[in-house]
Amino acid sequence: MLVSRKQAPSLKRQLWVAFLVIPPIVFMSLFVVYPILSAFAYAFYDWQGLARGEFVGLKNFKEVLFGATMAPVVWNAFLHNVYALVALMIIQNGGGFVLAWLLYKEPFGFRFHRIAVFVPVVLSTIIVGFLWKLFLNPNFGIINQALYSLGLDSLAKPWLGDSSTALGALILANAWHFVGFPTLVYLAGMQRIPPEIIEAARLDGTSEWQLLKNIVWPLVAPSTTILFTLLFIGAFNWFEIPYVMVGLDGSPFGTTDVLGLVFYRTAFGNQSASIQNFGLGSALATLLFLFIVVFASMLTLWLRRREIQF
Amino acid sequence: MTAIASDTRASRQPISFALLAQVILIANSFIMLYPVVVMVLSAFKTTGEIFEHPFALPDFTQVGNFAKVLGETAMPTYFMNSILVTGTSVLLILVLGTMAGYAVARYESRTNTFILLFFLAGLMLPLKLAVIPLFILLRDLGLLDSRWSLIVTYTAIGLPSAVFIMAGFLRTLPSELEDAARIDGASEPRIMWSVMLPLARPPMAIAAIQNAVPIWNDFFFPLVFIQTDARKTLPQGLTTFMGEYTTDWGMLFAGLTIAAAPITLLYIALSRQFIQGMTAGAVK
Repeated sequence: MLVSRKQAPSLKRQLWVAFLVIPPIVFMSLFVVYPILSAFAYAFYDWQGLARGEFVGLKNFKEVLFGATMAPVVWNAFLHNVYALVALMIIQNGGGFVLAWLLYKEPFGFRFHRIAVFVPVVLSTIIVGFLWKLFLNPNFGIINQALYSLGLDSLAKPWLGDSSTALGALILANAWHFVGFPTLVYLAGMQRIPPEIIEAARLDGTSEWQLLKNIVWPLVAPSTTILFTLLFIGAFNWFEIPYVMVGLDGSPFGTTDVLGLVFYRTAFGNQSASIQNFGLGSALATLLFLFIVVFASMLTLWLRRREIQF
Repeated sequence: MTAIASDTRASRQPISFALLAQVILIANSFIMLYPVVVMVLSAFKTTGEIFEHPFALPDFTQVGNFAKVLGETAMPTYFMNSILVTGTSVLLILVLGTMAGYAVARYESRTNTFILLFFLAGLMLPLKLAVIPLFILLRDLGLLDSRWSLIVTYTAIGLPSAVFIMAGFLRTLPSELEDAARIDGASEPRIMWSVMLPLARPPMAIAAIQNAVPIWNDFFFPLVFIQTDARKTLPQGLTTFMGEYTTDWGMLFAGLTIAAAPITLLYIALSRQFIQGMTAGAVK
């Protein structure tokens, strides 16, 4: 790389480099590598509270996946994570793509719109969750108040208390919170497309739809890869919005239960079941971790293949 | 994003498209901002006023809710804790991230690839899922229920991205700079501190914002690690606060407004840096 560094490094310089790299590496080893490796190990043990018991092999994993009490809860929650993932891919990432395209044309006021769409992104998820919980309140929330004042009383609902709308409400609150992120990532991706390509297509009389489908969408593939991978990881780690808006039990009747809530309840307990089980919690975390790593890498590889160099 | 480019982009659009685009963008910005506006307006109202006139403008001189939140609740303590935890974590991330990034970028070594792979793995792994062993480790170190439990966790999460941002930037600096200093007899630490690092402020700002916002907003790790009310950070304290005042909606909205205010105002003042920092991981 650099010619001047070809000479053998002096001991002094080696010590200096070691001084630079050792503290960060030790820190990472202690607080990232060691916990993650232990997380796998812990799943193979029986736990009594905070004390590690005997080695039990795959027992915890079996209980999580097939056990009579745990498995139905886990699979029910898993399904809701999948729903959230699919819905957010369409609403959040898809919506972000559309908004980015509208902003890309730099219409009147685009600077304002670009800043506005990102305002909820900087807010804490806790603030977003509480805000929407208050807005969705059956009696005094502004959503139902607005419906009442428009004479649409029949549409008013206890949104978070109704099994048919609760999960959807959480998904929409999440989309409100984060849609600005894919919007601005896609916008940056679109701005990297050489303008001549789009100009040439326009001169050829390509329709807006054809332009989006055949030129813009394929050329922002790198943004799509990263956004879909991040959403995938986020959807299966989903915790804060459900925790704040519907509580640890995924009420009503587990219709909003997600794996993040199940994991927290299992590992750290809650009011109704205060027993904490680190063994089962670790097994669930390990399975979730493997699932995310395997599928996120497959997703990334598959999405990478459709990226075009330009 | 030059004026010329925007000109040609806009002029090719049929009027109907442009109109539809405006309608969608205005509607979207309304949806994005109106909830925040309602939150702020409601904070100036009494609970009765919120229930009866949810959309009305309040009397802005009525600041009783804010006074109560700041004077009678633990919110100021939560605030201080968030500032301490976020500030210390970001500082540690920058120091450690710059050290490793500098070593990898400016010195050739057989171990560089290994070091980068090591941090790349850290970038990919969600530490949230290792929270149980982390909990036990922190307990064994006597850090549980202290602000340090959060600081070391956030530093570990933020460090890999900072290493990549710093290494990526420092690699682009011309070697003539350090060679000249070396010929003048400057020591390696002196070259790093006085020659190279003053040039590296922009990537440091990006790494700082990229980490500060999620740390400031995080809720999961305080929920698991912190029990004592006096050590809770803002998002976690907010759940305590919301639980205490469930029926006093004026207080709830005032609490949310106070919690949201600093980061929102900072964002409005520095929107370019915020957007750049927060999308840094996803935009090449």
